Amino acid sequence: MRDPLSKKIVQIQPSGIRKFFDIVSEMKDAISLGVGEPDFDTPWHIREEGIYSLERGRTFYTSNAGLKELKEEISRYLERRFGLLYNPDGEIYVTVGGSEAIDGALRAMLDSGDEVIIPQPCYVSYEPCVVLADGVPVIVELKEENEFKLKREQLEAVVTDKTKIIVMPFPNNPTGAIMTKEDLTEIAEFVIEHDLFVISDEIYSELTYGSNHVSIASFPGMWERTIVINGFSKSYAMTGWRLGYACGPKAIIDQMLKIHQFAIMCAPTASQYAAVEALRNGDGDVADMRNAYDRRRKFLIKALRDMGLKCFEPFGAFYVFPGIKEFGMSSEEFAEALLSEEKLAVVPGTAFGSCGEGFLRISYAYSIEDLKSALERIEHFIKKHSA
Amino acid sequence: MNKEVIDKGILDIIGKNSRFSSEDLAAMLETDKETIETEIRAMEDDKIICGYPALINWDKTDHERVTALIEVNVTPQRDMGFNKVAERIYKFEEVESVYLMSGDFDLTVIIQGKSMKEVARFVSEKLSTLEYVNSTATYFVMKKYKEHGITLEEEHDGRERMLVTP
Repeated sequence: MRDPLSKKIVQIQPSGIRKFFDIVSEMKDAISLGVGEPDFDTPWHIREEGIYSLERGRTFYTSNAGLKELKEEISRYLERRFGLLYNPDGEIYVTVGGSEAIDGALRAMLDSGDEVIIPQPCYVSYEPCVVLADGVPVIVELKEENEFKLKREQLEAVVTDKTKIIVMPFPNNPTGAIMTKEDLTEIAEFVIEHDLFVISDEIYSELTYGSNHVSIASFPGMWERTIVINGFSKSYAMTGWRLGYACGPKAIIDQMLKIHQFAIMCAPTASQYAAVEALRNGDGDVADMRNAYDRRRKFLIKALRDMGLKCFEPFGAFYVFPGIKEFGMSSEEFAEALLSEEKLAVVPGTAFGSCGEGFLRISYAYSIEDLKSALERIEHFIKKHSA
Repeated sequence: MNKEVIDKGILDIIGKNSRFSSEDLAAMLETDKETIETEIRAMEDDKIICGYPALINWDKTDHERVTALIEVNVTPQRDMGFNKVAERIYKFEEVESVYLMSGDFDLTVIIQGKSMKEVARFVSEKLSTLEYVNSTATYFVMKKYKEHGITLEEEHDGRERMLVTP
């Protein structure tokens, strides 16, 4: 028999998270600080709207780009929260989560051999999606001493005449790093000077602490060069609804929409109706959840630092990224030992790129009570291993 | 962080769960233990924080408890309005809550008793015999679903969140 598989697909490594997930699920009564999704249930008024849409028999496809009223609400939301202007008719389309939009943007913009700069550690899908789109991923390693922010010098060191896109994954999963307006200024200048484009994954934009998220698309000259990706998963605790969106210049969105049209058809209809309710009446829920995360964040950082772990203060998402180099173990060894000795799952930093070596991703999408019992296990583990 | 933000933070947190230690509250609100304790004491003195009762689902115990909601129509007292009447009612220890209402009746009185008989006796002998009480209507609670924002019977079908996700 001939080899049924595509060489391109075979050479892509499965996600490091997946591998760790398999180990964890073998383990009985393990507790976890390993998730990348909110612990809150979707607010009831949003769920209720989803249920109501099913009761009303809204079980048909929507148009490819999504419900008109949802696109209009997205447009209003982006203007009110981030000062971004997108025409709901042609500059916005609704996707099956932010992930679909990442894939779509890369496939719509890349030709074979085009280079995409990806700052790591970062979410797991950018690099394989670039490969799937026949692009060439170029990794930039974010540094702890820069608070895991992307710096202009780092871009200068890797840019070539083949570079086409920079992926901007901020607020960042797994580090929790954010890019402020000042941080973004030099990046925006660089992009314009080198005639590049940006795919800005802003899925955690509602989860910043102490300052509001700033989108790189809001800089002069950047709207034309940016695809903004956002969604409902993190801000409204709607991961399982699978709903996101992409916004950008019509010329790019038109092409992304073509991929969406043929591969997906449309995002789930009930989810879209629920999302309309989320955008109309969910600002209070978002603020409440953000406040809760912020308290857990402070609680967790203090506890980890009190134990003597080196831990930079993250101002976004719901992760902390403590360093564990002094224990003489790799991230993976540390995480596996923590799991087998203390039955606590955290994700090794290397799951988000090889430069995550020496770090762990700890999620605070957990109640304070859960965090406390997990912290006891970490403390026990650390004492044992630093002796 | 300023006092107002800390106070609001304390109230938000202990309004849901009053069992956190001062150290925990201090960590969550990025301040120190002493500040937390001073602020809590001040809010207790000001009667902003009025108590720390636990929310108990008595139905799950062997001890019977009956709750009734009573609509009460009263004649307000000269110079004292409804307050004096309310006080005469809320001083009874069986009385759990008393609210002055807008609408068709004046006071909502919530009673906790050991049995229906005990509640009935309270209404007929104590409450309706007060001279300024004109009429009462008593409703017994058959089941409590949610109180103080907490669902008593957890209807959640287990936490099915995966242990590790990207």
